[in-house]
Amino acid sequence: MSQYVFIAFQDNENARYLVEAISEDNPHAEIEHQPAMIRIQADKRLVITRETMEEKLNREWDVQEMLLDVISIGGNVDEDDDHFILSWN
Amino acid sequence: MTATKKLNLKQKYQYLTRDMDWEPSYQKKSDIFPHEDFEGIKIVDWDGWEDPFRLTMDSYWKYQAEKEKKLYAIFDAFAQNNGHQNISDARYVNSLKLFLSGVSPLEYAAFQGYSKVGRQFSGAGARVACQMQAIDELRHSQTQQHAMSHYNKHFNGLHDAPLMHDRVWFLSVPKSFFDDARSAGPFEFLTAISFSFEYVLTNLLFVPFMSGAAYNGDMATVTFGFSAQSDEARHMTLGLEIIKFMLEQHEDNVPIVQKWIDKWFWRGFRLLSLVSMMMDYMLPNKVMSWQEAWEVYYEQSGGALFKELARYGIKPPKYQDVANAAKEHISHQLWTTFYQYGQATNFHTWIPKEEEMEWLAEKYPNTFDKYYRPRFEHWEKEHKKGNRFYNNTLPQLCQVCQVPVLFTKTEDPTAFSHCDTVHEGERYHFCSEACGEIFADEPAKYVQAVLPVHQIYKGKCGGPDLPNVVSDHYHINIGEDNFDYVGSLDEKRWNEIKGIKPLNKDNDAA
Repeated sequence: MSQYVFIAFQDNENARYLVEAISEDNPHAEIEHQPAMIRIQADKRLVITRETMEEKLNREWDVQEMLLDVISIGGNVDEDDDHFILSWN
Repeated sequence: MTATKKLNLKQKYQYLTRDMDWEPSYQKKSDIFPHEDFEGIKIVDWDGWEDPFRLTMDSYWKYQAEKEKKLYAIFDAFAQNNGHQNISDARYVNSLKLFLSGVSPLEYAAFQGYSKVGRQFSGAGARVACQMQAIDELRHSQTQQHAMSHYNKHFNGLHDAPLMHDRVWFLSVPKSFFDDARSAGPFEFLTAISFSFEYVLTNLLFVPFMSGAAYNGDMATVTFGFSAQSDEARHMTLGLEIIKFMLEQHEDNVPIVQKWIDKWFWRGFRLLSLVSMMMDYMLPNKVMSWQEAWEVYYEQSGGALFKELARYGIKPPKYQDVANAAKEHISHQLWTTFYQYGQATNFHTWIPKEEEMEWLAEKYPNTFDKYYRPRFEHWEKEHKKGNRFYNNTLPQLCQVCQVPVLFTKTEDPTAFSHCDTVHEGERYHFCSEACGEIFADEPAKYVQAVLPVHQIYKGKCGGPDLPNVVSDHYHINIGEDNFDYVGSLDEKRWNEIKGIKPLNKDNDAA
């Protein structure tokens, strides 16, 4: 059985870039659009990378900015200046 | 001038959290934090506690301020543009009445709870996390009341939610849940609220329900819901951290934590039955069924979680299988109960429309047509003959979860699940074996439960008859807030808004 981590974002302008960046860094991620929200799940591990987000946005981006748009998560969280990682061991 | 190097996240968290703490010199630690030991949880090293978000107070204020600005801009726009006129159907507002009287006061209770336990931990990391969560919960309580105040101008039943929360019979279910948690020790409180409620179950409340609000055109509720939920992501992380922290600190903690997980999973499951009914019956435009939500957010996500916790010797909650099997039944059993007691509710009830029954039959192929549709059809037929059925027998409440005995046995959906026990010469009743076990573990706590039905029979809720209790004690305006949606003032007003009947100027809602 797959052990999914997941993250859900509000379906807004910021989320569009987050979803693009996540899809690029996590080719195994499954993206599902629901009313007003976007839910992304992946087996075992999902990463958001600052560098990819900055490329998408063409500006500096603080990993903690995602706190504004996130709705829910499942998995162990590890966050530093460059990454936000969800994982199951 | 020396250039100051910007601190990285880990350093900033270290400086602004741990380094703000100090060792007491003239008082004993055990006197300062007297609640830390009595539950039997052994903490060897508080430094093992780490907030994975590494959120410090300065960043917290920055991001929260931004969330509030966005949120209140939308509230203003919603009110200025009469957003209530754009919802799918006024029946939808009844789910908000239940939310405001059932859920928003819990946010306030959570604020009180986290303020209290935040004081009780000797570890600075835990104290800071609890402090932030306490402020979050206060914010949620406030923003929910602000969002719904607009509806209160146009619809009935939203006028006295905090008093109703304290008194109305079915609202003792959510109230007793938090009272039970808040009167426990600090580690049990965190297991109850941060882990079992926030991490394991809260997705079932906020995610599909708020997505449902969006689907029903309620911009204000979606916005407060998701704004609150953006804090929940942090709360959930705290919930998982506290469990892992306790389990890593000492092996003696494992059986204590397991017992709390078993208890609070079950209590949360019973509480969320109210959400099942909101999703399946109270949202005119439906997003997903309760069963589907349970499968994604409990069976799948909970499965992944308990697989992770197995390494610590933690097993899935003891009564998980009963909860999984009940997913095909609980929303129907609850709505049919509220339909029978619609004379004593702060919201309206109704028989689902034919297309809604078709949706329910499609989503619940094993149960809806077989067990529940015939009840609705029977009541509808009786209603047409002038016999709208109201049940005037006060229900038997469970001593622990306070849900009336209305759910059925796993093996027989036509027989009530019920058990009882005698404790010190008194007989106590339960909705399930699981609630009976919770009682048996702490009878001295649960014998004190204030059960609304017992209170009525004791004469503590006014009277002499039920309508007096409903109007005088519950502050439910009879004929305005209760009874069927069809024929209600809410329906009349909605028809006026939608031009279904010409607007009568004397009866303008505003």
